[in-house]
Amino acid sequence: MPKIVVDHLAKEFTTGRERVVAIADLTFTVEEGELVAIVGRTGCGKSTFLSLLLGVEVPTRGDIRIDGKHPYYDFACFRGRLGVVFQSHRLMPWRTALDNARLGLEILGYPEEEQRRRATAWLHRLGLKGFEWAYPHQLSGGMQQRVSIARAFAVEPEILLCDEAFGHLDELTALELRSIFLDLVRAEHKTGLFVTHDIDEAIEMGERILVFGRPGRVLEDLAVPARAREDDAERLRLRRHILETMRAEGSSIDARALV
Amino acid sequence: MSLFFPAYLVPGIQEIIAKFVGLLSSPRAWQAIIATVLRILVGLALGFVVGLALGTAMGVSRQVEAYTKPLLHFVMGVPALCWTIIAIIWFANIEIRVLFIMLVVTFPVFAIQILDAIRGVQKDLSDMLLAFRPTPRQYFDLLIVPTIIPAALTAWKVNLGYAARVVIVAELVGASVGVGNGLLRAQELFDMGLVLAWTLVLAFFLVLGEFLLGRLEAWLLAWRPTVQHTPATWERL
Repeated sequence: MPKIVVDHLAKEFTTGRERVVAIADLTFTVEEGELVAIVGRTGCGKSTFLSLLLGVEVPTRGDIRIDGKHPYYDFACFRGRLGVVFQSHRLMPWRTALDNARLGLEILGYPEEEQRRRATAWLHRLGLKGFEWAYPHQLSGGMQQRVSIARAFAVEPEILLCDEAFGHLDELTALELRSIFLDLVRAEHKTGLFVTHDIDEAIEMGERILVFGRPGRVLEDLAVPARAREDDAERLRLRRHILETMRAEGSSIDARALV
Repeated sequence: MSLFFPAYLVPGIQEIIAKFVGLLSSPRAWQAIIATVLRILVGLALGFVVGLALGTAMGVSRQVEAYTKPLLHFVMGVPALCWTIIAIIWFANIEIRVLFIMLVVTFPVFAIQILDAIRGVQKDLSDMLLAFRPTPRQYFDLLIVPTIIPAALTAWKVNLGYAARVVIVAELVGASVGVGNGLLRAQELFDMGLVLAWTLVLAFFLVLGEFLLGRLEAWLLAWRPTVQHTPATWERL
């Protein structure tokens, strides 16, 4: 049985007198241990999909299941099972790096000693030794993002979600964090969903790529051959194919499709 | 000013200081000071508890807000002097009278500040926290409480000065002990030096209260980055 099942999922929002379709019709599955990249243009509903998967938004139509449970209606079933790294770090400004990293463990009710031990270990693993007591505003953007990765991994979740997490960082830091993230996901055998608008990043991160169109629907479901990450020609071919898929769709879209 | 006006209107600094020192060395004056300070503290604490409960209830329930907010604005719109007269008619006991006035005057400020703080909770942080599936109590403790602390401290600072003014008015009309009563007795004796000495005592305790609140704020909000505005900052703008 697949880990994640998305079945004719749709999400609409009301803004003033208009109803905007964020996700029109999404259907796909993700197997346990699979690392799937979701790529698409801005406004194709990638982040909305993550909100539905997290259970903080309710679908307008269709169904979404993780291990047969609904993330919104069976909200409490997912206690400690989801780890998320958001586009912005979303650190609590009143908590130190260590206190932010142990947030999930605190919610799960671990003893304080254990919380500190595990969170410190993750911070050190992510190169933040010596910054445990710094407040978020005292850290650089890359360091803040490392703390948010530590916070997501410290709870040892079954599923890791990444929402354009490295998009606003400089190339070197992004490269380093992507590599750390991939190593951690593979070493811990997590199921991962990696949302991005960067095709190269999607090829590097995903074993499979879902190309989203606007409003949210799957244009293509592509397996990423291992050689695409090693062979430049193969990578370029895949990149061009994804770009053409998005471009062909882009000429006929209406971003604010009215219902 | 004492050079230009008669001493019974504007006494000299030496006389005011002598009466101020005299008050601070009088057990009876200390009894009055302690009574007034306690009334302010108990009144503020009661106003805070009621304001916190109401502000939180309005923050989590639109229905409660719809029913309560108009009432709150009405209470805020009634002048403190009207509440004083109402309290005199309603309550015979002076302490209940003062407490009632303090409550109706301070709790709306606490409630409105706390409501605004809860409404201002960042959706980004809320969604991040919900991903971990906290219990309602954990959600409140980890997100709502730290968010409302700055607003609650601001309300305490606003209410402290307001409460001091109100408690003096309340004590003027019926209290047998308190700074307000001391002021009333000084007025009856037409002793301007004593009036100003009592005013100094009140101002001293208000400044002390604000200083202590400032220290508490600095400790609770140590995480907040501060911006140092120097003359050079304004020159660059």
